Amino acid sequence: MNVEPGRTIVLWCPDWPIRAVCRDLGLDADTPIALIDHGLVFACSAAARASGVMRGLKLREAQLRCPELAVHEYDVELDVRVFEPVVRQVEQTVPGVQVVRPGTLAMRARGPARYYGSESAAASALLATLEALGLEGSGVGIADGPFAAEQAARAARAARAAKPSAAARGADGGADMGARVEIVEPGASAAFIAPLPVALVTDQRTCTLLNRLGVRTLGEFAALPEADVRRRFGAAGAFAHDRAAGREQARVLARTPPPEFEVEQHFEPPLDRIDQLAFAFRVGAEGFIQRMRDVRLVCTGLRVEIDDERGGRSSRSWLHPRWFTPADVIDRVRWQLQGAGMADAGLASPIVRLRVIPERIDSTGNHEEGLWGGGPDERVHHGLTRVQSMLGHDAVVTASVGGGRMLADRQVLVPWGDRPPERGAGREGDAPWPGSLPALAPASVFRERRPVALLDARGADVAIDARGVISAVPERFAVGGATSGGPARRTDGFGARPVRAWAGPWPVVERWWDPAAAKRVHRFQIVDDDGCAWLLVRDGDGWWAEARYD
Amino acid sequence: MTAPLPDAAPRAPRAARVEELQARIRGMQSTRLETKAVPTHPAFADVLPGGTLREGTIVQVEGSMTLLMALLAGPSADGRWAAVVGMPEFGVEAAARFGIALERLALVPDPGDQWLAVAAALADVIPVVAVRPVGQVSPAEASRLQARLRQRGTTLLVAGAWPGSDARLGVSASQWHGIERGHGHLVDREAVVEVAGRGEFVRRAGSRLRLPGRSLEFAAVPVERLPAAPSFGGAAPAAPSSALSLRRRARANPALGLVGEARRRAG
Repeated sequence: MNVEPGRTIVLWCPDWPIRAVCRDLGLDADTPIALIDHGLVFACSAAARASGVMRGLKLREAQLRCPELAVHEYDVELDVRVFEPVVRQVEQTVPGVQVVRPGTLAMRARGPARYYGSESAAASALLATLEALGLEGSGVGIADGPFAAEQAARAARAARAAKPSAAARGADGGADMGARVEIVEPGASAAFIAPLPVALVTDQRTCTLLNRLGVRTLGEFAALPEADVRRRFGAAGAFAHDRAAGREQARVLARTPPPEFEVEQHFEPPLDRIDQLAFAFRVGAEGFIQRMRDVRLVCTGLRVEIDDERGGRSSRSWLHPRWFTPADVIDRVRWQLQGAGMADAGLASPIVRLRVIPERIDSTGNHEEGLWGGGPDERVHHGLTRVQSMLGHDAVVTASVGGGRMLADRQVLVPWGDRPPERGAGREGDAPWPGSLPALAPASVFRERRPVALLDARGADVAIDARGVISAVPERFAVGGATSGGPARRTDGFGARPVRAWAGPWPVVERWWDPAAAKRVHRFQIVDDDGCAWLLVRDGDGWWAEARYD
Repeated sequence: MTAPLPDAAPRAPRAARVEELQARIRGMQSTRLETKAVPTHPAFADVLPGGTLREGTIVQVEGSMTLLMALLAGPSADGRWAAVVGMPEFGVEAAARFGIALERLALVPDPGDQWLAVAAALADVIPVVAVRPVGQVSPAEASRLQARLRQRGTTLLVAGAWPGSDARLGVSASQWHGIERGHGHLVDREAVVEVAGRGEFVRRAGSRLRLPGRSLEFAAVPVERLPAAPSFGGAAPAAPSSALSLRRRARANPALGLVGEARRRAG
C-alpha cells in the first residue's frame, strides 16, 4: 500500500551548530571555528572549511590544517536552545512545524501554498522570516516528502554557491531570494534525488556493500526490485529503498508549540530596592508556578535575567533540589541581586526588567509526595532552605573531599541545592596525590592561613634554604593574629612556647611550569607544650599555620 | 538507706553496690522526664553517663575539634543528619575520615550575628547541631532554645560558653605519638577527656581516649596502660589521681571546673 507522499517544505539553516555558538558567545562567524564532539570535529565554519577542516577530523589534524582555528565544545542543548526562538518565529509565518533537528524544519506545503498563493511565494515568505532573524544563507526546498525536500533545500544552497541562477525557479522572490529556493515539481522527486549518493539513505555498512555491488546513486538503488531489496537488506533496507525511489511514507508531524511559561516583568519607574522588587514580583512568581502546576508540571531549574537601568544584565541558572515554589523563585531573584552584598542594601543601579525562564521542567508525577509525607530529608531540606533565605544562597553548604595537595584545595563546598562538581575532572580526593599529607587529616583547617613565628634557641627565625635544609632546630613557636576560638596561649614575654616535637620540612612544589599558579612551600608538623599539634607552612613570606590537629 | 553489708565483702563490690544504689535513688528522685539516647560512638561508653548523648541536651565541647567530630560521628554513622554552624575551619576531610557522612552534613560557616537564629532553625529539623556562639548568650535566649531542643529531641553541641548547659566535655591534656624531634609524623593521640555537668555527669571525669587512634578510629585507652602515660601541660602527674584531684578541686570550687580550667588555659 503506497501512500502518496505529501508536498513538503524543508527549511535548512546551514552550519546551525556554528551559528548557535556564534550567537551565544558573540563570535564572528567568518572566522575559522570548529565544534568538537568526543575529540572529533562535529561542525566547522565556512572559513575553517576553506582551510581544509571538515567534519570527522581529529582535533589535532584540524588544528594542523588551520592553526588559527577557534575550538569549542559541541553542546546539543545550546543548539536546541538557540534554535527555539527561530522555530517560534517561523511558526508565526507557517503553523505546524516539525523540528527535524536544530537547524532544519519541515512543514506541509499545501496550506502555506494556498495561503501565500503559490509554493514559491510561501518559500519566499519563509526566507524573509529567517532574514529578519539575521539568518542569511538559508535554503528552502519543496518536494514530495520530507527527505526529498531536504535534499532540495541543500541543493538550493549548493546551486547558489555554484551557478547562481540556473537552479532558480522561485520567480516571485527576486533573483537573490529565488536562488535559495528549489522547488521540485510533483512526481519529479524520484528523478531529482536519483543522482545523489546512496549514503544519504543507508548506514555506513550497507552503503559500503551497495557500492561494492556497483550501486552508487539513489537512482541505481531505486532501480533494484523492491522484493529483492527487502529480502537482502530487511526492513531497514526496504525503508531506504522507499526513500530512494521517492515513495516516502513519512509525514510531517507538526509539533505542538510548548506552552509559554516564562514571565517577564518591566518596572516603570525602575526599582532600586531588593525588597521592593521581591514584593512587586510576588504575583508574577505565583503565576509562573501556577501555570506550570495547571498542566501538571514542576520546575526544577530556572534562569533569572535581570536588566538594570544602565544596560547591565545579570543572568544566572538556579537549580532546586526538589522543585520551585513561588517563595523559592523570589528567593533566587533576591540572591542573584544580592550577590556578595548585604541583605537589604540598595542596588547599584535600578532594575527595569526581570525575566524568569524555566530551564528544567518535570512531570509532577515524578515529584509526588509519598502517602505518609516525605522522608526526613525533606524536612531537612526545608530547614536548610529557610536558613538560606535568611543568610543567602551561599551560606549553607554541603562538603565533599576534592583533590589537591594543599588542604584548602581538598575541601569542596557547594551551596545547598547546587549540583556537586562532577567526578572525572581530574580532581578526585581519593586519587593519589604525591606530596599530600598522610592519612591523619587536621580537624581544623584555617580558611585564611595564620601568621606564626617559628624560632630557634637563640630567638632567630628558622629558615629553609634552597635545598630544603633548615637553618636551626625549631625550639619556640608563637601564633599571631589569633581569632576567636583559637587555643593560642601567651605564656611568656614573647608569646612563644616551647616546641615539644617537630617533623619536616616536607616540600610541596606545584605547577612550576605556570609562574602565576606556581607554589613552592615547605610543611612542618609541630607539637607545642600544650599537646596541641599544628601544621605549619613555610613560603617566601614566612611561616604560616595551615591547620591545627586539635 | 542502704542495707548493712557483711564486712567480709571486698571493697570494690561494696563500692559498686553503693554506686548502684545511689543511682537507683537518683532515678527515683529524678524530676526530669526520661530522654532518649542518641546513638553515640562506642568510644564514649565510659565517658558519658550511660555511654550516650541524650536527646534535647546541650553539651559544651571545648578545646578540641576532633572531640566534636567524635561526638558527631556516632549519630552521623547511624544515618542522622548533622549540622555545623559558625565553624569555618571545620576540617571536612578529617570529618569524612573520622566517619561523618558528608552527604548528611550541612555547614553554615559564616552565620554572623544570626548564629542563634540559624541554630534554632536547624535544630528544628537536624538532630545533631554543633554551633560556636559569638558573644554572650542571654539566659532567656538559652532557655528558649533549650525548650525547643527538648521538644524536637535535638542535641546541641556548643563549642564555647553556654549558660546552663547539661554537660561540658573538654580535652585537658593530650599526647601525640609518632612524631619526635625532627622525624616521624603525627600518627595517633591519647587525650584526657574531662567531663563535668549536671546530674549524673558529676560522677565521671578524666577518661583517656584515642582521638584519633592509629587507623583514624576513636577508642578508649585500655585501663592497664594508664599509669605509663606522661602528660603534657604540666598539671597532672598520672591519670587516676589527676582525675581524682581535679574532681576534688572542681567540687571545692565549682566555678573552677575542669573544663573551665582547660578553657582558661586555651585562652
